[in-house]
Amino acid sequence: MIKKNSMKLTFLSFSENESFARSTIACFSLQLNPSISEISDIKTAVSEAVTNSIVHAYPNSLGEISIEATIENNSIHINIEDNGVGIKDLSKALEPFYTTKAEDERSGMGFTIMKSFMDEVNVVSNEGEGTKIYMKKTIKTDA
Amino acid sequence: MEIKYKKSNSALSVYIYGELDECTASRAKIMLDKLLNDNLNSSKVIFDLSGLTFMDSTGIGLLIGRYKKLKQFNIPLYLSGASVATEKVIELAGLYGIMPKY
Repeated sequence: MIKKNSMKLTFLSFSENESFARSTIACFSLQLNPSISEISDIKTAVSEAVTNSIVHAYPNSLGEISIEATIENNSIHINIEDNGVGIKDLSKALEPFYTTKAEDERSGMGFTIMKSFMDEVNVVSNEGEGTKIYMKKTIKTDA
Repeated sequence: MEIKYKKSNSALSVYIYGELDECTASRAKIMLDKLLNDNLNSSKVIFDLSGLTFMDSTGIGLLIGRYKKLKQFNIPLYLSGASVATEKVIELAGLYGIMPKY
């Protein structure tokens, strides 16, 4: 078994790339032999992070979104980074149902989904300096 | 993303197929609103999600938006057929509290 493996992906903030990004990371995670439910969790969490970058980090422009994923032992570590506008009030952004774009029918559930679907989520963001999200999920080995 | 519907008696069943995310939501919203606007005489609306292969929080926003629209006309909205993965997103947002499982 491979002890440590990693990949990098950089793409433009077109919403058409969301499906590509989440599917790519989900495929990479297959090496850990996850359950269908664990694959869905990873897919959904990545989709939330990438959507945030597309919608909030680059609201009126295009920018790059980078994903680095590492597989080590039974865990996948995912870093998602943009160079966009950053998050003004991070503690508020992390609250369930909080959104700055309610008029666009945003649910404000993105970070809540990331936190409930992954084992660890850490967000670093400053206004004007982009956003970095780290997520980790440990795949349960068959009992 | 594809939407089909069936009207039986006064109930409108709406079948949503494909992936529901930021990329597809705006088109889905236009299609659903047109369909709902044309069927405001329905006694209830059921969104059948069994053909939905992916949904994230953008989908929650979309569903809540349609719920609010129908509520103005006192038409109850129900959800049916969600996959295990879609159901996890639905339950986390507590959607079944306002649009019950059918």
